Amino acid sequence: MSILIDENTKVIVQGATGRDGSFHLRSMKADGTKIVAGVTPGKGGAVVDGIPVFNSVAEARNATGADAGVIFVPAKFASAAMKEASDAGVPLIICITEGVPVLDMVEIYHLVRSRGQVLIGPNCPGLISPGKCKIGIMPASIHKLGKVGVISRSGTLTYEVVHALTQAALGQSTCIGIGGDPIIGTGYLDLLERFEADKDTNAVVLIGEIGGDSEEQAAEFIKTSMHTPVVAFISGRSAPEGKRMGHAGAIISGGQGTAEAKVAAFEAVGVPVADTPSEIPAMVANRRA
Amino acid sequence: MKIHEYQARDLFRQFGIPVNDYKLVSTPREAVTASGGWKQVVVKAQVLTGGRGKAGGVKLADNAGEVETRAEKILGMDIKGRRVEKILVCDAAPIAREHYLGMVLDRSRQGITLMLTDQGGVDIEELAVNNPEAIHKMTLYPHLPIDEKALDAFLGKAIPGESQRKQALIATKALFTLFLATDASLAEINPYALTPDGDMMALDGKMNFDDSALFKHPEIAALRNPEEDSADEIEAREKNLSFVSLDGDIGCVVNGAGLAMATLDLIKHYGGNPANFLDVGGSSNPQKVADALNIILRNPKVKAILINIFGGITRCDDIANGLLMAREQLDIEVPLIIRLVGTNQIEGRAILESAGLKAGDDLDDAVKSVIAATGGAA
Repeated sequence: MSILIDENTKVIVQGATGRDGSFHLRSMKADGTKIVAGVTPGKGGAVVDGIPVFNSVAEARNATGADAGVIFVPAKFASAAMKEASDAGVPLIICITEGVPVLDMVEIYHLVRSRGQVLIGPNCPGLISPGKCKIGIMPASIHKLGKVGVISRSGTLTYEVVHALTQAALGQSTCIGIGGDPIIGTGYLDLLERFEADKDTNAVVLIGEIGGDSEEQAAEFIKTSMHTPVVAFISGRSAPEGKRMGHAGAIISGGQGTAEAKVAAFEAVGVPVADTPSEIPAMVANRRA
Repeated sequence: MKIHEYQARDLFRQFGIPVNDYKLVSTPREAVTASGGWKQVVVKAQVLTGGRGKAGGVKLADNAGEVETRAEKILGMDIKGRRVEKILVCDAAPIAREHYLGMVLDRSRQGITLMLTDQGGVDIEELAVNNPEAIHKMTLYPHLPIDEKALDAFLGKAIPGESQRKQALIATKALFTLFLATDASLAEINPYALTPDGDMMALDGKMNFDDSALFKHPEIAALRNPEEDSADEIEAREKNLSFVSLDGDIGCVVNGAGLAMATLDLIKHYGGNPANFLDVGGSSNPQKVADALNIILRNPKVKAILINIFGGITRCDDIANGLLMAREQLDIEVPLIIRLVGTNQIEGRAILESAGLKAGDDLDDAVKSVIAATGGAA
């Protein structure tokens, strides 16, 4: 089992003929994902790596019955692309693009929720259920099918942690990068709930960072609603106040959003917090024992 | 992006929010001339940081002589590492009552939270921690019209008079329009004051904007103040690198923001001190690696550099080529510690080895080595 995606998920790629979109369309397909269609306005009829390209998401979905859509369009067009996917009724939308205006995201957040759709991102690496389906940009080769769920606000740091888990023979059920922006479609709570309900996930690694209070909320949720063991890691312990550390959402402001507060919140509810990424596999193994 | 108080006041005026009279000046003489008709004058440092008052950057003056001496003292002052180049002189309005009125992007409510207090002149961040009940809150949404009845009731919690509430309602709506029209992330009026004549007006202003939305608003982007960032940060932004200056001696080049933060944390964890945050980004462009090293090497404090790459989209062979390119373009006299894993790592390491450079695969080992190279704790 896995959450959100599996071997049957059929995927549309928005921005399929662009530099990034076409590269990752090929890569996802090579990794076994059922890519059924591409979308680029004005390029309907084209073919990328054997996959038909349509002018709109609605056309692509009508023709293929796709369950998910992934967005690789430039930031200026990403908001419109998310709205188009939502209007076409795509149940699972993943936006990889970085740099989407935050107020646009406020509106889109409420739009997709009101329609019961799931949006992952923006500014994220996507998600993968190893050996079944990859919708995103992560290297599939470092993953291994197994029972650890991974949720992260980061991209390459997630690869670092997944790589360490795989080397310790701890495979993964699903790994999700939720995105580094202040407003994201899906946060920790929804995904922790899904992992808790997934009988084939028997531990969760949560990789948080400075900024906002979503880790504190996650700690509260773990305390009240989870039996599955969780191990956490927080990056940004050395970050100065008021500076944006790469991710738009990674900023300590007015003394809020510090790593110390997040670590304390997890420790207060009995969730161990790793000091370094390399400590994580042993902590996961301990919690499962 | 942050702007100065005078820039926020300009925007308030443009959007119909009453402000007390003000003029921007850069010499004591100009300050005296500009404030000629006013009974009492406030002289205010224009720097992009909070706590100006506590630092002595805001002073009252009762006559022209005082304006001149206050201006002389404040101009050139250092406030939290920032030199005061410009000052604002304002007509000091007599105040009967003060409030804080502000709006901020609220990530946990996925909206814009409007905040109002009964008393002004407060440090809102301090109040949020020590006495959060003193802040009235109401969440607004960019895609929904403001519910005027609810807003009127909300303002009534802190603002007693009917005329004052009406003025505040108009000002709040104008502030919200300004917030949306400019893709702001913060808009504050503190204090929002009642004068003895019954007028409500902004006596100070602060605004921050969403960097990701500046492409929509060239007029806002044009307000950018170069002193907000260090020269290195500005150059990095132009080269599409994400960079933050820190005060240590270990230069860092990492791909990905989360991994870059975790790398700095590891350096500190093992007793070292990072000189910068630097994310070379996701795509593989050898020139970016060379640009990154160029910026780092200009910092005379840097004694060693750690390159930490976990290849995903970024290919290790591209990074290796970038490093060789940088070695040809620059004099690299400090030790380079390279950790290179992920996509095409075998090719990447072969390229480095043929040029006499070694790359490791363990992050903890790499961090300990770079600290040792600076003569530090490990």
